[in-house]
Amino acid sequence: MKADRRGALLGLGTGAAALAGGGAALAFREPPLPPGPLSGADLSRGHRLRQGKFPAPSREEHVGLVIAGGGIAGLSAGWALAEAGYDDFALLELEDEAGGNARSGRNAVSAYPLGAHYLPIPNREAAALRHMLERMGIITGTADGLPVYDPMQLCADLQERLLWRGKWQEGLVPRTGLTVKDRADLAAFDAEMTRATAAIGNDGKPAFATPTAYSSADPAWRALDRQSFAAWLDARDLTSPVLRAHVRYAMRDDYGTEPEHVSAWAGMHYWAGRRGFAAPHVADNVLTWPGGNGHLAGLMASRLGNRIRAGRIVHAVTRTGEGVAIDSFDVARGESVRTHARGAILAMPLFVTARLVPEVDATACTYAPWIVANVTVAQPPRGAGVPLAWDNVSSTSESLGYVVATHQDVAASAGATVLSWYLPLSDMAPASARRLMLERPADEWKRIVRDDLLAMHPELEIGEIALWRWGHAMIRPTPGYVWGAAPRHRTELPLFLAHSDLSGLSLFEEAHFHGVQAAEAAMTTLGHAHASLI
Amino acid sequence: MADADPQSRGKVTAPAGALLVSAFVVATCGLVYELLASTIASYLLGDSVTQFSTVIGAYLFAMGIGSWCSRYVKRGELRLFVRTELLIAVIGGCSAALLFMLFPLIEHFRVALYGIVLAIGFLVGLEIPLLIRILKDFDFRETVSSVLTFDYVGALAASLLFPLVLMPQLGMIRTGFAFGIANAGVALALLLALPRGRRMRGEVAAAVVILALLAAGFAASDRLQRWGEQASYGEPVVYARSSRFQRLVLTRKDDDLRLYLNGNLQFSARDEYRYHEALVKPVLGRVANPASVLILGGGDGLAAREVFRDPAVRRVTLVDLDPEMTALFRDTPALAALNRGSLSDLRMTVINADAFRWAREAKGRYDAIIVDFPDPVDYSVGKLYTDSFYAQVRRLLAPDGMMVVQSTSPLVAPDAYWTIATTLEAVGFATRGYHAYVPSFGEWGFTLAGLRPIPVRARLTPGRFVTAASEPQMFAFPPDMARRPVEVNRLDNQALVRVFDAAWSRYES
Repeated sequence: MKADRRGALLGLGTGAAALAGGGAALAFREPPLPPGPLSGADLSRGHRLRQGKFPAPSREEHVGLVIAGGGIAGLSAGWALAEAGYDDFALLELEDEAGGNARSGRNAVSAYPLGAHYLPIPNREAAALRHMLERMGIITGTADGLPVYDPMQLCADLQERLLWRGKWQEGLVPRTGLTVKDRADLAAFDAEMTRATAAIGNDGKPAFATPTAYSSADPAWRALDRQSFAAWLDARDLTSPVLRAHVRYAMRDDYGTEPEHVSAWAGMHYWAGRRGFAAPHVADNVLTWPGGNGHLAGLMASRLGNRIRAGRIVHAVTRTGEGVAIDSFDVARGESVRTHARGAILAMPLFVTARLVPEVDATACTYAPWIVANVTVAQPPRGAGVPLAWDNVSSTSESLGYVVATHQDVAASAGATVLSWYLPLSDMAPASARRLMLERPADEWKRIVRDDLLAMHPELEIGEIALWRWGHAMIRPTPGYVWGAAPRHRTELPLFLAHSDLSGLSLFEEAHFHGVQAAEAAMTTLGHAHASLI
Repeated sequence: MADADPQSRGKVTAPAGALLVSAFVVATCGLVYELLASTIASYLLGDSVTQFSTVIGAYLFAMGIGSWCSRYVKRGELRLFVRTELLIAVIGGCSAALLFMLFPLIEHFRVALYGIVLAIGFLVGLEIPLLIRILKDFDFRETVSSVLTFDYVGALAASLLFPLVLMPQLGMIRTGFAFGIANAGVALALLLALPRGRRMRGEVAAAVVILALLAAGFAASDRLQRWGEQASYGEPVVYARSSRFQRLVLTRKDDDLRLYLNGNLQFSARDEYRYHEALVKPVLGRVANPASVLILGGGDGLAAREVFRDPAVRRVTLVDLDPEMTALFRDTPALAALNRGSLSDLRMTVINADAFRWAREAKGRYDAIIVDFPDPVDYSVGKLYTDSFYAQVRRLLAPDGMMVVQSTSPLVAPDAYWTIATTLEAVGFATRGYHAYVPSFGEWGFTLAGLRPIPVRARLTPGRFVTAASEPQMFAFPPDMARRPVEVNRLDNQALVRVFDAAWSRYES
């Protein structure tokens, strides 16, 4: 009997072990990762500049003005030149396509952003930008003295939702399960930001303006730039974890940087720098398109037409008797071109400009690396709570969540869509994060993206994950940068700087302002009559 | 086995093995039932963390009660063990089907949910101590060790099988029945393994009946799902299909045919004439010559039927999102009889497209436009009630044309009703609201919209419901439905979906 029982035990044990083992094998045999490319800002072209080995120019061309760099600043400069009737310029762009971090991609399902994906309703002071939006038909007219925006380009409801305690809720600030301290801190923070939004400095200018150049020079406000936002919050005992998580989300969202490394001025600007100039119900909204800000970049680029010379690595800037000579390497032809011009707008990130122009010192500039993944899914995500929004954030994820590329589509959404998923690598020093970003294999990044999305939506059917790596996605507004290091960047005539790095906030409005400002300064120097937009 | 007679020891060997196997099966099945209940609760109620946590907690607690109660069992452990096992087979096996079918029928679903979980937990909790007692004549140390080992190994098997094999392969209802069968099968095997003289005939018969019952349930799982659906509609389902866009369900009870889209009633054949006459007659009666008519939505062809009653109509364009919907109402004889073949009329052009996208690109002018969309229950439909949409439709209306918009109930959701008029006026329409009583809907509202002031009088051919005499009464609004100040419905605020949702949740609760 003993033997029999042992036999029964053994048999059963073996059976159970086999069953468990089989199950475990099934569990650990991971489903294959979705297909999709790994791309990003062209590393070999960027790094080639660092090595500096280019052939001597074998071709020459002549234009009135050169714009080096075709991100939003360069495109805005070109757009302002064209708008003022100055057509004799060429824009040299390193990549095959202009647009910088506002570029977009497209697949069979939808266009999608590769980086910047929205533009808040501009403030009153952003006159040049509003002018451009008018010309683009995005501002359709005025009513009661306020610009009227095309409703199709305003972000449709539902705008934002947060996965909080297992349920999607509207808005990005948690509303349930809060402690007394959470509520008190959220209210106190809100009050501080409301006060700062309305604050006017001793020179009569707003304490926080967008573009930042219109901000007050009042030292009482600018002093905020010297401390970190985290320190500012600590000093006010605003330590609620819920508030701090929200602040961290915001700082990583706009600056790719932790609150400990963002200046308090820049941190507050996120909330206090927005006074959308429009009817009250539109003022807080944003403009967005399936391809994100690639839509705006595309409109600007089409205005510039064949004046954009893509695939050109600018590798030398030399002052000459009549102006400036720009040497660029034409990637397609494998030769260097010398472009003679009376002046040049340098619209590249400052760390690139610093390699070309000795008077620019970019040692204070640090850049946040980002991973953006465009994930094609068979069905729109769902989840308990409020329905799918444009911007969907999980309170338990390190990522910033995802935006839905087809959100603005007025048609019934029954089928596939593209989710643009964002991750700033903000939790380590930028250089280390960049190394990690490059060394971690594509499959590992895909696994991170997939698992993050499946944690929010276990039912999600992922078809493709297109990864995009941004080594230098955006300037970091570290303490002392915005009102310390940034304004000190200058060049001698006939060189003009244009980039959001000059503000320290990587925002469309900043890039646009610096582009237009540089274009107008260049036209003044060149003696081209124009009406100032700024 | 609880047999003291040493000579019979050899005979109890097989039942001892079988008992240990049943410990394994009981543990596996118990956990599967628990996982099923959690999954169904998450599926039906949402918030999986809460559901899993509370179901597992309730189950383990009930096991404790069962274990504690086992002390009151003085004798007949084996018989009780077998009976318990059979009871678990019945309750657990049917639990998934039962929960699905009960959900639409009962108000307090959680009572049923936790009732089932507690019952299974109680019975499983009762079994383990019984088993140990049945095996008490063996070495106690070894018995406890074996029973608990099999119990825990069974739990592992269940937790791996459930997500990896059962859910994807069998689905919830079948999984329930399959494990009920396993439960009952083990009980039967145990009964048959008993020494001859100790057979329990009644239990054997019960086990066979239960097995047959569960096997039948397993085979009829799909039909059970249908019955569940039928129960939730309250009438026999004669057609159910999920298209790319929606779930179409047709029910028939006696002479009443009803269409549901995503569970919302679209019409009842008994009184739809009231709705469709009220929708169509006032608008066509206010156009001098309604030669060309545009219908947005209305894929059932019933509004089109009313439109074709007007001899002036030459061309009708119907834009409906769902090709399956228009094909169903064009090709099914009973439905084509209901809409009098309006969808295959030579004057009819059916376009399957999203109305918003179509309207943005459409050209031409229509003398009358009939907007008959589902209620603004979600953001996707809500877009079809926005100022941006009406601005597009406005382009398509002839200068002296007239439009009507299905506008939800002015009684249940007055804010929603008046939001539609307010939104139409925001894009330059003149409006006049009216309402009609449709028994299956309740008090229902419509909004006339035109580029000029809406005429008070209409040229009306008498219908069953709308006549020249009855029509003027529809335009009077008593105070409980009176106009009120509301927000314009825009793409960026979806004010209508929000007020509509608030009003109907209030009404239904």
